[in-house]
Amino acid sequence: MDDKIVIASRVALELAPGELVNLGIGLPTLVANYLPPGVEVFFQSENGLIGVQPVPEIGLEDEFLTDAGGSPVGAVPGACAFDSAFSFGLIRGGHLSATVLGGLEVDEEGHLANWMVPGKMVPGMGGAMDLVTGAKRVIVAMTHTAKGAPKIIPKCTLPLTSVRRVDLVVTELAVIAPTPEGLVLREIAPGVSVEQVVKMTAARLIVPADVAQMPVAA
Amino acid sequence: MAIVAALTAGTRPQKAVSVEKAAEMIPDGAVLMIGGFMGVGSPHRLIAELVRQGRKDLTVICNDTSRPDNGVGLLVVARALRKVVASHIGTNPETQKQMIAGDIEVELVPQGTLAEQVRAGGYGLGGVLTPTGIGTPVEDGKQTIVVDGKTFLVEKPLRADFALVAAKRADYRGNLEYEMTARNFNPLMAMAAETVIAEPVEIVPTGVIAPDHVVTPHVLVDYIIQRSRPNGR
Repeated sequence: MDDKIVIASRVALELAPGELVNLGIGLPTLVANYLPPGVEVFFQSENGLIGVQPVPEIGLEDEFLTDAGGSPVGAVPGACAFDSAFSFGLIRGGHLSATVLGGLEVDEEGHLANWMVPGKMVPGMGGAMDLVTGAKRVIVAMTHTAKGAPKIIPKCTLPLTSVRRVDLVVTELAVIAPTPEGLVLREIAPGVSVEQVVKMTAARLIVPADVAQMPVAA
Repeated sequence: MAIVAALTAGTRPQKAVSVEKAAEMIPDGAVLMIGGFMGVGSPHRLIAELVRQGRKDLTVICNDTSRPDNGVGLLVVARALRKVVASHIGTNPETQKQMIAGDIEVELVPQGTLAEQVRAGGYGLGGVLTPTGIGTPVEDGKQTIVVDGKTFLVEKPLRADFALVAAKRADYRGNLEYEMTARNFNPLMAMAAETVIAEPVEIVPTGVIAPDHVVTPHVLVDYIIQRSRPNGR
């Protein structure tokens, strides 16, 4: 199965009915496709909307209704629009149940780096720093390695997005929970062994006796 | 024209202005706030006219530099900017190229902080205290303050010479209404500049926008860009 589907479908299980959730651009956006039946979640887009949904029909795009990447979206009945200060008041003020973001590095303290590679890629942090600082739960959805190199490492080498400890890291191989004691291996993907995950992780992993198997999309 | 004159003569300064005249008011070197998020809710006609008139050395405060062929991106490509204060430049390779070459100064600011700096500038505040950016490069060179045991960054207010805002509708007085995600930074910026120029999609009679639906009150708006094609022609 596609790594992205494994990750997105597992993250979707973290979301509860009625929650207000911000999905980052790219892989995190896919999470919306895998919500369990009957789970209604309100998606926030930091450019000023609660109630993001896909455009209902090709050809019905509204040029003034877009996601944070500037792509057309739709809006659920009961959606609401607001300015950027209010939008980040929701984010920073603890009104957001969860944010799902991509990651470049996560370390043993649960710190996330995801906004720049000095000298190579300086896109800017956009809303990421506010999201990681202010959301009630921060879920990192990313591939376990980049070109074979582990992304979960002892200490971030890239500039941090926030000093807040993220709550969960979901990759195509494992689900890892950063805790005050360190990174705890909670789940492993079907067909993957604990040894394989440990080998692909540069950071020290705490491996409990009962590592569950990751539920993934059927 | 006679009817128009009878209705408005002597009652208030005229706000309607052509896009050419509006752009002429903005000198080289001016500090601008430009609304929009990836070009959605940006004043596209004003931007195009500033490019056409060859404006240069501008400082622009905006959320992002969009793409090279859209929104603020056009000003970057035209080399009209000396400095950009924005939260994201990643979708415009030209901004990064000019930044690396040292042709343009880029100050990257977390998006929520940028919104609050503009708000503080417009609301008469001496800045804001935010936890965002603590322990990151954003903290460098900035003052921190501890409130009830929690550390915050002091972020100063931002103001501009001109705010160029886009709206869905303006009425004859200049009350502004916005649409969906095209609102973004526009109402904040309309509070934070010496001169505010609004570029509405539509101009409607006063009263059509109900008082409860006015987001930017007319007293903040100095100029309204005329429709380019009266009567829709």
